[in-house]
Amino acid sequence: MGQTRDCNEMTAMSWPCVGEAGRTGDWRTMRPVLDPEKCVASRKNKIVCMQCWMFCPDNVITRTAPPEINLEYCKGCGICAEVCPSDAIKMTPEQGKQAEPTVMEEASCDG
Amino acid sequence: MTVETKSAVVITGNKAAAEAARLARVEVVAAYPITPQSPVVEALAKYIETGDLDAEFITVESEHSAMGVCIGAATAGSRVFTASSANGLAYMCEQLSWVAGSRLPIVMGCANRAMSAPWSVLNDQQDSMSQRDQGWIQLFCRNNQEILDTFLQAFRIAEQVKLPVMVCYDGYILSHTVMPVEIPDQEEVDAYLPPYAAHTALDPAAPRNINPVTLADPRLNGEGVLCHGYMEFRYLMEQAHQEALDVIVKADEEFGARFGRRWGGLTWSYQLDDADTVLIAAGSLAGEATISADMLREEGVRAGVLGLRAYRPFPADSLAEQLKQAKRVIVFDKSLSYGYGGPICMDVRATLQRHKMATDVDGYIAGLGGRDIKARELAAATRESIAWAAKRHAPKPTGWINLQL
Repeated sequence: MGQTRDCNEMTAMSWPCVGEAGRTGDWRTMRPVLDPEKCVASRKNKIVCMQCWMFCPDNVITRTAPPEINLEYCKGCGICAEVCPSDAIKMTPEQGKQAEPTVMEEASCDG
Repeated sequence: MTVETKSAVVITGNKAAAEAARLARVEVVAAYPITPQSPVVEALAKYIETGDLDAEFITVESEHSAMGVCIGAATAGSRVFTASSANGLAYMCEQLSWVAGSRLPIVMGCANRAMSAPWSVLNDQQDSMSQRDQGWIQLFCRNNQEILDTFLQAFRIAEQVKLPVMVCYDGYILSHTVMPVEIPDQEEVDAYLPPYAAHTALDPAAPRNINPVTLADPRLNGEGVLCHGYMEFRYLMEQAHQEALDVIVKADEEFGARFGRRWGGLTWSYQLDDADTVLIAAGSLAGEATISADMLREEGVRAGVLGLRAYRPFPADSLAEQLKQAKRVIVFDKSLSYGYGGPICMDVRATLQRHKMATDVDGYIAGLGGRDIKARELAAATRESIAWAAKRHAPKPTGWINLQL
C-alpha cells in the first residue's frame, strides 16, 4: 500500500462526491453494452423511455440521448439489460474475468 | 507563584474551575451532576442564567450524553466545557475516546473521586487514571489557584495541539476547600486565549462526513488523494501528545509572563537540587509531600519533591533529567493498576530503566477512598524505604500507607 503523506486531515473525513468511496467498478465481471440501433432514446434522439436510468441502483446511467453508462462505478448487475423494453443492452463478459457469473439454478417451489 | 492577596477571593476548587470556564468564555456547557464535581456546573448554570456568561447550558440525562453534546458543539466550532467525577467519568468512557480521536479541544474538569464498589464519594485518583489511555492530556493541580490557572492554560494547550485536556484536582481536598485565589482580568484572559477556530467547522456549502468508517488501510478519495487509514490517524494523535510536551511548558511560560504565576509546566519541584531521596506524586498529595521533605531534612535526609503536573503526555525525559542525582525515588499513588502497582510508580520505573538509571524506586499506595494521608506518614514511608534498602537486596513490595488490616 502507498503512503498517505498528501492527506492533510488529522481526523477521518469524507466529502460526498462521485467516487468518494474509491473506483468501485473494477470488480465487475459482466459489462453492459448499449446498442444505439435498438435503444429508443438513441434512435429518436429524445429523452424518452429512460428505464435504464430509472432502475440503475448505482446511478451510473445518464438521463441523456443516448444514455451513457459510467463504467468506473457500474458493478455490472444487469438490471438495465433486464428492464430495457427494446433489448438494447447486452451483458458481455469483462476481459480476464470469469466468462459468466455463477448463476444458481432457478429455484422451484414445487421441486 | 505568590498570590496577590489584595485582589484575591476565597473560593473552593470547584468555584475556581467555574471561574476559569467563565473567563475562557466557553460557549456551550453540558454536564450531569455528580459529587464532588456538581458545584462547578451549578456555578456555570448560574452565570449563564444571570447573563454573566454568554453560553448555552444544555441539560442532559447522563454523562455519556453530556460528552455527546460537547462533541457536537465542539465539532461545530464552539469552545465547550464539562466536568465529572468517578462513576460519571466512567459513564463517559466511550465518548472520551471519541473526543480524542476526533481531535476536539474539549476541556473538562475531573474532581478526583474513588471508583465504586464499594460506594464512596471521597477522594482518590482512580477515576482519571482509569481513563488514562483514551488519548486525553491529563494535568493535575495542587491548589485552587493552580486549578483556575491550569484550566485557562488547558484551553490554550488543547486548541493548539487539537487534543482534549482533563484537568484533575482532588475531590473535597481541593474541590470543597476554600483558598485565596486571584481572579485574572477578563481582558488579560482574552489576550491569552484567542477565540477558538475549529478545524471541523461545518459549512453547508461544502458538506462532508466527519469520522466515517475508516478501514485498516489507506484509501483513495474522490479526488485521488490517498487518505490515512485508522493507524495513521492514531499515530498523528500520538505525535500531538509528543508535541504537547513542549506546548504545555510554553503555555505555562506565557501564562507566567502575562499573569505573574508559573506552575512548572510538566513538573514542579521542591528542594530537588541537592536531593538524593525524591518523593513523587500528583495533585494535592505532592503538595503534602513538600512538608514531608522538610521533616526528613531536619533528620538529615536530603529529601526533595518532584510533583507531576502532566501525567499524559508523560514527561519521561524531563523526569529522567531531574532524577539524575537521586539515589532513591519514592512514588505515592492514589490509585492502583490492580495486579501490579501504582500507575505513576510503574511509569517512573519504566522511565529510569529506559534511561539506564539503576535508581531504587519504591511504590506506595495511599489515600484510597478518602483515607486520610498526612505529611508525617509520607515521611514515615520514606524512612521505611531507606531502612529496607540498608538491610535487604530484594525489591521492596508495594507499601499501603495507613492500611489497618
